[in-house]
Amino acid sequence: MFDLAQAAVEGALAAGAQYADARVVVGKNQSIAVLNAEPQSIDQAERAGIGVRALTGSGWGFYATSDMTTAAARKAGEQSAAISRASASVPGPDMPLADIPVVEDHYETPHDEDPFAIPVAEKVDLLIAVTKTMQEVDGIALASGNLSFWDTNKWFVSSQGHRIHQHLVESGGGYDATALGDGETQRRSYPQSFGQYETGGYETVRRWDYLGNAGRIAEEAAALLSAPELEEGEKSLILEGSQLALQIHESVGHAIELDRILGWEAAFAGTSHLELEKLHTHKYGSPLMNITADATLPGALGTFGYDDEGTAAQRVDIVKEGTWTGVLSGRDSASIAGLPPGGMVRADGYNRLPMVRMTNVGILPGDSSLDEIVADTKDGVYMATNRSWSIDDKRLNFQFGCEIGWEVKNGKLGRMVKNPTYTGITPQFWAQLDMLAGGDEWVHWGTPNCGKGQPMQVAHTGHSAAPGRFATVRVGVRA
Amino acid sequence: MNRTIELASHVLDTVGDRAEAEIVVGGGVSALTRFANSFIHQNVAEEGYEVSLRVAVDGRVNAARTTSLDNLDGFVDDTIEIAALQRVDENWPGLTPPLDVTDPKHYDEATAEATPADRAGKVADFVAAGPEMRAAGFCETMGHNVAFVNTAGHRAFGRYTRATIDGIHQTGASAGSGHATSKHFGDLDGAAVGALAAGRAQQGLDAFDLKPGEYEVVLAPECVGTIGIFLSFYGFNGKQHAEGQSFVELGEKQFDASINFFDHANDPRALGVGFDAEGTPRQRLELVTNGVTKGVAHDRRTATKAGVHSTGHGDPGSEQWGPIPTHLFLAEGEKSVEEMIASVDRGLYVSTFNYCRVLDPKTLAVTGLTRNGTFMIENGKITGAVTNLRFTQSFVEALTQGRVHAIGNDSRFADSEFGPGFTHVPSLHLESWNFTGGAAG
Repeated sequence: MFDLAQAAVEGALAAGAQYADARVVVGKNQSIAVLNAEPQSIDQAERAGIGVRALTGSGWGFYATSDMTTAAARKAGEQSAAISRASASVPGPDMPLADIPVVEDHYETPHDEDPFAIPVAEKVDLLIAVTKTMQEVDGIALASGNLSFWDTNKWFVSSQGHRIHQHLVESGGGYDATALGDGETQRRSYPQSFGQYETGGYETVRRWDYLGNAGRIAEEAAALLSAPELEEGEKSLILEGSQLALQIHESVGHAIELDRILGWEAAFAGTSHLELEKLHTHKYGSPLMNITADATLPGALGTFGYDDEGTAAQRVDIVKEGTWTGVLSGRDSASIAGLPPGGMVRADGYNRLPMVRMTNVGILPGDSSLDEIVADTKDGVYMATNRSWSIDDKRLNFQFGCEIGWEVKNGKLGRMVKNPTYTGITPQFWAQLDMLAGGDEWVHWGTPNCGKGQPMQVAHTGHSAAPGRFATVRVGVRA
Repeated sequence: MNRTIELASHVLDTVGDRAEAEIVVGGGVSALTRFANSFIHQNVAEEGYEVSLRVAVDGRVNAARTTSLDNLDGFVDDTIEIAALQRVDENWPGLTPPLDVTDPKHYDEATAEATPADRAGKVADFVAAGPEMRAAGFCETMGHNVAFVNTAGHRAFGRYTRATIDGIHQTGASAGSGHATSKHFGDLDGAAVGALAAGRAQQGLDAFDLKPGEYEVVLAPECVGTIGIFLSFYGFNGKQHAEGQSFVELGEKQFDASINFFDHANDPRALGVGFDAEGTPRQRLELVTNGVTKGVAHDRRTATKAGVHSTGHGDPGSEQWGPIPTHLFLAEGEKSVEEMIASVDRGLYVSTFNYCRVLDPKTLAVTGLTRNGTFMIENGKITGAVTNLRFTQSFVEALTQGRVHAIGNDSRFADSEFGPGFTHVPSLHLESWNFTGGAAG
């Protein structure tokens, strides 16, 4: 496979590119869905091809083909160079590439059980058992479960001499129960909304005790129908870990993407409220806020050996004690910004251009616990599991909804509330963080559906988080 | 012979009589030229084919897809082998019998063959329309072939093209957007789309923070496109409807009498091919007629359960997400945007919505933001720009009887939260929209 990638690079160089790199990617994916104890879909996809990127002057070009022959690879390289020349007809500044070590290496995701070796029937049976358990609860109309697995081999070659092979394995899934009421639906999910995904094998699914939580999840969904709405107001907000993970993803992870800060995503994903001149001085949040982007965390979904530019996985401090200290970057964006390259450029398959993506952007653990946080709260609400998320194009103004909430009065969890929402402005919100859990409650949550780019790309990202409290937040916004 | 037909026929022959099977082969060339800070910074193209195979072996169903064309025989064998290990699918609807399929002729050779230089030319026109501004956006062309065959003897072939230019111009303090999509690359006027974006950006200067609350609105087609695709995905969806998660009450007057939604892939203005991934011919589907909800989309599975025929919406993913009208039209009215604005005493003109998410599918309560041009209307005139606002609004409730003041005469393909090419809609003048937050939260 290295030879195919090499042919693509040589094709680009022969056509005039000053730099080229190519990835041969062979990936398979299996997705299983069960609804109300009946198999809904079993989808297996294999995607294989070559993607080559060429730089000519200030212009990039990218071409991909599913034709895995040497001639097609070379032609793809030539096409990428031709496209890069067309880019130069509407020219921009030079695109220098930050220096990185040239390596020849191999990386493999540590995993115990090859998820593709587990029989489909065993996976289907697990989801049938889970959905059956949920259906036994009165009021549950829909019980659905999903499992997905990815096995990806990538061979990367650059005109600077990189030759890197990676074998990445990702696994996960989840389930949800939906109760239908009079003009409303209520849903509860486990382990989190859209499921929990990690790097690793089938052992990651076994760890989450799917069956042991199904009854509780269904009962909560049914109970929500008769729960009162959360009243609008300002109070202390305690977020469960996976919701705090999503809060990090949306209001920190995307905001620190250097391509957004530089304006490269202005028309679609958006820009950022962050300005490079304020790196190391901007107050992002309270002193409890310590965020890292760490692509080396064992088991986290955004973990790999090298990014799709051949830069080694690394840990970068993003926010230290509340002060903004770092960005997510690639070779060209880092060079333009005068920063070291972060190794955060990845592509969604062979046929997509590598771009700045989150790795594992998470908050470092605090020294408290959920029990302690609740006990310390006089008037608040505890919200769990994301149901809706919306944030503006600068990653400032957000409104999130959760599946479930509980009032917190005088240090105790009170009655359940439905349709809990909260809204805020990013730096003001993070400045309110005043308690943070850690220990066993600190989890590497995985997001399997991060969309960005045109054509659209979906990335798998990780977000370590634990329950946290925000002192005063506007809650209970509704239509 | 077209490559997609050749591949589909090969797979069908390989399956032989070992299973019921349906095969879809799609592919061709797609290319996208992206620009930001007024230069082309990403420029991509791809060619290739994907083979999708769904088999049923004695009612045991399995589906698989591949882009690896050098081992199709192994792919077929594996797919059949895994099917045999499945449980019997009691709801397997069987294969589509041989049916006539209309070719809607949504293919344009020049679009399929557009070059990087052609796309760069449109980008240059867009950028030049906003001197002293920063431009960002994309120009895309694609030519796609689709072949369908099944073991019941049904065959269909189609091809279509799509071209889009979409972008914004930015000042230091404002942004404005423009969009155009067509099956003909030659229809795209980069300069005109760029001029609209630049005009909105210029008009957006000196924006002020407006107090949130209920405001009368005139919504540009991009906003209406997002409303339409949300109604489709969460409402006019046969699976969501059967599950009780849709707002749809068939036969009920759920919308203003002026509202007529339909889905029509064969409309001369539409995009796409004349059949779905199950081979069912697409046809006009009435969704809302004079405010009365008339139909939902079905694939073969949801149709069988509902006791009706598939409407030709068995698209990839429909087994999980449900069949969704993605050739959606809102019948246009007679008012120009200028006339609609002129009839507003105090309200807002909104260019685009952004980052819309559903709070509850049943009520279709949605939160989202305005973006790239939100303007104050006072005494029938635009009097200034306001900063982006957050809204929390039921999309269904906003269109109920008496709340639709006018429908525009400016129908076109609009961009939407789900992307371009799905909705062909005009502007709308609505009684009110619930804005729940502003720049300050």
